Amino acid sequence: MKYFLMLMLASAAGAQSPAGNPESGKLLFDKDGCYECHGHAGQGGRPGPRIAATSLSIQTLRRYVRRPAGAMPAYTEKVLPDPELRDIYAYLKSLPAAKPSKDIPLLNQLRDQ
Amino acid sequence: MAKSTKTPVDRRGFLKGAAAGAAAIVAKGPAANAQEASGRRAAPLPSERLVAAETSPPPPRTDVYTTDRPGADFMLDVIKSLGFEYVAANPGSSFRGLHESIINYGGNKSPELLTCCHEESSVAMAHGYAKIEGKPMMVMAHGTVGLQHASMAIYNAYADRVPVYIVLGNIQDVTYRRNDVEWAHSVQDAAAMVREYTRWDDAPVSLGHFAESAIRAYKIAMTPPYGPVVIVADAVLQDEPVADADRRSLRIPRLALAAPPAGDSGAVAEAARMLVEAENPVILAGRVARTPNGLKLLVELAETLQAPVQDRPYHYRMNFPSRHPLYGGGSIEEADVIMALEVPDFWQATHAQTPINRMGMQSRPTTKSGAKLITISSLDLLAKSNYQDFGRYNDVNLALAADAEATLPSLIEACKRLLNTDRKRVLLDRGVKLAEAAKQAHQQALEQAAWAWDTSPITTARLSAELWNQIRNEDWSLVSDVLFMSSWPTRLWDFDKHYQYIGAQGAYGIGYGAPASVGAALANKKHGRLSVNIQCDGDLNYAPGVLWTAAHHRIPLLTVMHNNRAYHQERMYIQDMAARAERGIDRANIGTALTDPNISYAMLAKAYGVYGEGPIENPNDLGPAIRRAIEVVKRGEPALVDVVTQPR
Repeated sequence: MKYFLMLMLASAAGAQSPAGNPESGKLLFDKDGCYECHGHAGQGGRPGPRIAATSLSIQTLRRYVRRPAGAMPAYTEKVLPDPELRDIYAYLKSLPAAKPSKDIPLLNQLRDQ
Repeated sequence: MAKSTKTPVDRRGFLKGAAAGAAAIVAKGPAANAQEASGRRAAPLPSERLVAAETSPPPPRTDVYTTDRPGADFMLDVIKSLGFEYVAANPGSSFRGLHESIINYGGNKSPELLTCCHEESSVAMAHGYAKIEGKPMMVMAHGTVGLQHASMAIYNAYADRVPVYIVLGNIQDVTYRRNDVEWAHSVQDAAAMVREYTRWDDAPVSLGHFAESAIRAYKIAMTPPYGPVVIVADAVLQDEPVADADRRSLRIPRLALAAPPAGDSGAVAEAARMLVEAENPVILAGRVARTPNGLKLLVELAETLQAPVQDRPYHYRMNFPSRHPLYGGGSIEEADVIMALEVPDFWQATHAQTPINRMGMQSRPTTKSGAKLITISSLDLLAKSNYQDFGRYNDVNLALAADAEATLPSLIEACKRLLNTDRKRVLLDRGVKLAEAAKQAHQQALEQAAWAWDTSPITTARLSAELWNQIRNEDWSLVSDVLFMSSWPTRLWDFDKHYQYIGAQGAYGIGYGAPASVGAALANKKHGRLSVNIQCDGDLNYAPGVLWTAAHHRIPLLTVMHNNRAYHQERMYIQDMAARAERGIDRANIGTALTDPNISYAMLAKAYGVYGEGPIENPNDLGPAIRRAIEVVKRGEPALVDVVTQPR
C-alpha cells in the first residue's frame, strides 16, 4: 500500500512537472510508435489527428493517453511512464505551427480552383 | 494373384476374339452350340480373304504430324468474337495450343498477348483494365499452379465486382498426360479452388461446348454484379485437329448482354417518397458508377434532392466529383433517411463498435432514432457463403435487389414527380448550407495539408500537392488507391471524370496496386491519358516483375512511390496489441519494417527497364523529379519516382 501511494505521488508529480526534454521526446515519439498514426512531425493523418503544437495541457494529454476515448491504444504507466510522456509532450509543444495555406503557393492555387 | 478371365476390349483384342469365334463355328464348338440353343440363325462363313484381313496384324499406325486446323484456332475464333483487346498470361504448357493460335492464327491482335511474370499480376492487370475500359481483359493460366498464383487477385476482383475473363489450361484425359509435369499440372475440377469467389465456370468437353460456355461466361461476367468467370480450355481440345464433322457444324453463339436489373417500380416510388420528404437525407455511394453515366446520374439525383453524397473512407469508385458542393457533407448521426447505393458493408456505416484498443465487443447504431434506411444493391442478387465479404446484416426499411446505376434514372424521375415548387425551395436552402460546409471542409483540408510541409520524410499531403501541380493541366487518370495516403488526392485534387479514379483492391489483398495500375494505364493508353499511380512499397514487392511488363509493352505510366519503408497498416495493429498487453510498445517494427537494407525502387525500376529516379527525401526535390518522369511517360514509357514518405 505504501509503495502504491508512493507511485501515485511520483506519477502525479511527474505529470504536473512543467518541463520535459523535447529532444528526448522526439526520440520517444518515434521509438514508442506515436508517429505511426500521428506522423513523425505530429502532423496527423487518417489514423490519428494532428498533435503537433498541441493546445492540450499535459494533464489532459495524460488522461487521454491513459484512457483514450477513440481508437488510440491506451498507453499505461507501465509502458509509458509519466517522465517519458512529459518529454513527448515537450516535443509536441516545440514543433512549429504550420504556415497558413495561402502562404504556400501549391496549396494556395488549390484554393482558387 | 488371380488372373482376370476377361478379354481385353481394345481393337486388337476384339479382332482376336472374333477370329476365335469364327473358328469355333467351323468346329461346332461351344459358341456355335450356344447360338443354336438360342435359336439364332448361323451367320454365313467368312471368306478366306475376310478371315485373313481380320486376323492379320493391323497395319502400322500412320503418324499424322501436322494439322491445318487445331481446336485452339476455333477457340480463338470464339474468343475473338467477344472483342478482347488483350490477353494477359505467364506462359504455361497447358494452354500452349491456345498461345500458339493467338500469336500465329490470330496474328497477335485482338487479343494481343501481354507477357506477365506472375499470374497474380495477370489477373490484377485485367482488374485495373476493366475498371477503366468497362469490359474484361482475358487471362490465361495453368488450371493448377497458375490458378493458385492467381487466386488472391481473383478474390480481389470478385469482391470489387469487376469482370475478369479467365481461361485455364488443363489436360483432362489421363492418356494424354505425357510426363510427371503434366500429371502435376492436371486437375479433375480446375475451377473448384476459386468457385466460391467467381461468378461462373465451366469445363467444356467439346469445341461446341466451349463455344457456348465461352459466350455464356462473358455474358455472366458482364451482368451486374460483375465478377470474374473461369472457362477451362482442355488441352486435348486445343491441340488436336477439329474433326471433319465439326468443321461443318461448329458455330459461335451470338452474344447478347443482359440489361442490368433495375429496381421494382413500386419500391422505387417508395424510395423517392422517403427521400423527397426527408429533412436530412444522406446518400452513401459504394460501387455505384459502373460507367461514366453512373457518375452523371448520381450527380443528377443529388442535385435533384440537394442531398449530400458520401463515399469516404473507402472510395470504391469514381462516383461523384470531388469538388462538387454536395460531396462529402451531411451526417449519418443527424440523417433521417440514409440511402446506400452498392455499399458492401452498410451496417458498418451506421454502427459503432468497440475499438481495437479495448477488450470485448459491443456495438450500437450511430443513426438517430427513427432514421429510415434504404439500400439499392445488386449484391442482394449474389448469394455465396464461404467468403464473408458481404458484411453484416443491416436492419433496413426498404431494400431493392437491383443494380443501382440502372435504377437511378427511374428514381430520379420519381423524385422529380414528387417535387413541387415549395419543396424545391426548401431543398435549395439545404443545398446552400451544404455548399458552404463543403467550402469550409476544403479550406480545413488546405490548412491541415500545410502541417509539416517541409518535413522529411515527405508528408503524403505534400506529395499529393506536388503531384497535382504537375498533372493538373493534363488529361490525367489516378490508377491507384488513396486510402493509405490519408485520402489526400481526393481531398485536394479536382476529380470530375469517371476515369480519373478506379477505387481499390476489393478484398484488400495487397499486391494488387502495381499490376492494376499497369492494366488501367494500358486501357488509358489509346485515349492518350496520363496515368498516375501512387504506389505503396509493400504492395510493389509482391510481384515487381510487372514493371518489366510495363516496359516491354511500352505502357505509359507514372509511378510515384509512397515509400514509408514498412508494412505500415500491420505495424499499427501490432502497436495496438502491444499496448493492450502492456509490453514492448517499441518493438512493433519487428516483422513489419522494410529497412536494413532500404530498398532502392529507382534501381529496381531500372533493372526492369523502367526509368527510375530517387529516393527523393527533400520535399523541394520532388516537383522537378515528377516533372522529369512525366516527360518520359509522355514519350510512351513507364517511369518511377521513389519518394520516402511519412507513414500515412
